[in-house]
Amino acid sequence: MIEYKRLVRRTEPYILGAILLLSVLIQARSGQFFTNNNLVDLTRSMVVPALFAIGAQMVIISGGIDVSFTAVASLAMYATTRILLPIDYAGNVALAYAMGASFGLVMGALNGVLIAWFRFPTLVVTLGTSSLFVGIMQGVLGAHELPVPQSMREHGQAFLFSVHNAQLDLSSEMPVTILILLGILALVFLIMRYTMLGRGIFAVGGDEVSAQRAGFNVLGTKMFIYCFVGAVAGIGGIARASMMQNCHPTNLNGMELTVIAAVVLGGTRVSGGLGTITGAMLGVALMTIMSNSLILIGVPTYWQKVFTGAIIIIGTGVSAWQVNASQRRLATRRLATGKQLG
Amino acid sequence: MTNKTAPIGRLRIAKDEDRNLVRLLIMLLFVFALMSALRPDIFLRPGNFISMATQFPEYGIMAIGISLTMIAGGIDLAVVGTANLSAIAAAKYLIATAPKGSPDGQVLGAILVAIPLALAVGLAAGAFSGFLISRLGIPPILATLGTQQLYTGFAIVLTSGKPLSRLPLLYSELGNAELFGFLPVPFLLYAAVAILIGVVLAKTRFGLRVYLLGTNAKAARYAGINNDSVLIRTYMLSGLLSSVAGLIMMARANSAKADYGASYTLQCVLIAVLGGVDVNGGFAVLILQFLSSGLNMFEHVSNFYRDIIWGGVLILALVFNWAIARRRERAFYKK
Repeated sequence: MIEYKRLVRRTEPYILGAILLLSVLIQARSGQFFTNNNLVDLTRSMVVPALFAIGAQMVIISGGIDVSFTAVASLAMYATTRILLPIDYAGNVALAYAMGASFGLVMGALNGVLIAWFRFPTLVVTLGTSSLFVGIMQGVLGAHELPVPQSMREHGQAFLFSVHNAQLDLSSEMPVTILILLGILALVFLIMRYTMLGRGIFAVGGDEVSAQRAGFNVLGTKMFIYCFVGAVAGIGGIARASMMQNCHPTNLNGMELTVIAAVVLGGTRVSGGLGTITGAMLGVALMTIMSNSLILIGVPTYWQKVFTGAIIIIGTGVSAWQVNASQRRLATRRLATGKQLG
Repeated sequence: MTNKTAPIGRLRIAKDEDRNLVRLLIMLLFVFALMSALRPDIFLRPGNFISMATQFPEYGIMAIGISLTMIAGGIDLAVVGTANLSAIAAAKYLIATAPKGSPDGQVLGAILVAIPLALAVGLAAGAFSGFLISRLGIPPILATLGTQQLYTGFAIVLTSGKPLSRLPLLYSELGNAELFGFLPVPFLLYAAVAILIGVVLAKTRFGLRVYLLGTNAKAARYAGINNDSVLIRTYMLSGLLSSVAGLIMMARANSAKADYGASYTLQCVLIAVLGGVDVNGGFAVLILQFLSSGLNMFEHVSNFYRDIIWGGVLILALVFNWAIARRRERAFYKK
């Protein structure tokens, strides 16, 4: 009974329900949803948003908000490609990832210093730095579309397995980049769940002053978050360029909003301190299915932004309402115990 | 008791405002002198000033809207979406009732309906954001990120993503007219809005409540203020100002488009922060306009350097304000 109650109060079951409902609806309308190639394609297009969502969620759990990760990813991706392309680097792709992660780390550190040390509002800082990074990429580096070096090209084409849809005669391949996503997912899961650092991130997001008093190093925790998130964004950028087989400086723009929406939709509390990685991944899945499949059920693409906006509002509205409800419950319970004591 | 402390408090606020104002004025003079020294031939021409005075009001007015919501303790990131949606509503009406080439009388009649229509759209858009924030308790950042998407989405659906041109000429002629040959209409509108909002904030009960709400929402509630109503009205005001900006944009471009001014959001937040979230901080707009027009004079400099400058100035302004606040705090403890 208690288990059931706990389940009802969580967000994940609702998101899962929404995903299933949407899938069945799309299947009924188009008959093309539960086909092997569509499912592989959906997973493929989830890889990069999911990588970003991991970072975005960490920041939101710590009580902040980061809108600069797409700019970080774009600049890290572009700078790496610019350096590796002239020599048409053909060695291990790990070097490209290491470079992307390092560029991301440096940019994340700038966010971290401004947010952790100076204690500026996270939204204003990341709006500012994202403008700065976009400006550096397009102004100083004069960014334009580039092909990717050989190692990234091969890495992007490599696949784990391939499925073939006999009915439509279409094949889809599961990219190896999914392994990178799974690796980072596992790492973040372990950090958030089993380390003091992870506890610290939750504590800082729950109540910064309490976290400080409890002995957590708030400044260090925040510094770690923004550096780590920057590095993950850089890795996301490299994965993106490899999978697209070219390096396009601007086509990540605007993705930050859908990613943040997906994370919040997945039950991460916007004021910090609460959230699960499962929820975030379900949120990403819902958003991806929606944007990939609106066409399948005959909704014109013009409506995409309306749907995104509506989902952000409904999703955040529901979670805000849940928070309010739990606060009310807490208040009544206190009142009741107060009466008993009195 | 309150009678004793209130004047002192107000005096201190006034002093802080003065300091901020002086700082902004110095920055303004510096940028002005820099641009004049670099390109006196182009920058100091009267034509350049008139063109600047037609350019800055659109985001200046939206920045005032954002400042209002920031004073109330939130932020409004939906200003650009609201502006475009209002402009598109007005443009649709104008095109439907008075297509290009209609007699002036008919066009004027249509304009007199189109403007209130746009303002009503702005008010409704703001009211919806305010409702989400106050009644549902969605954090302002997310609520307005959501409504920004939603309004832009509606604008795209309404226009199929294409710009609405073929507006009657009279509208843009009126919007781009120059009073006495040197005072552009957008500038007059900006001045009127700035003065009006300044008076509302400083002299009315509503203004005081907005400040109270932003300083301490809980205290405001215990003081008997209906926070929900104040919040909704603040966002409605911001939406109204956005629709005024939308009407100006529509006149300047002689068209309306769903993704017009996409980069304005950051600039408006920057202006609000630079102005110390204070309507007297209107000088911040001028500083940025000088910088921006100054950059335009160097053709070989890419437009994207402006992004670097916006971001850089925003961060520098934050650091600067921080350093000053810290110095003052130290001085306070020494006493």
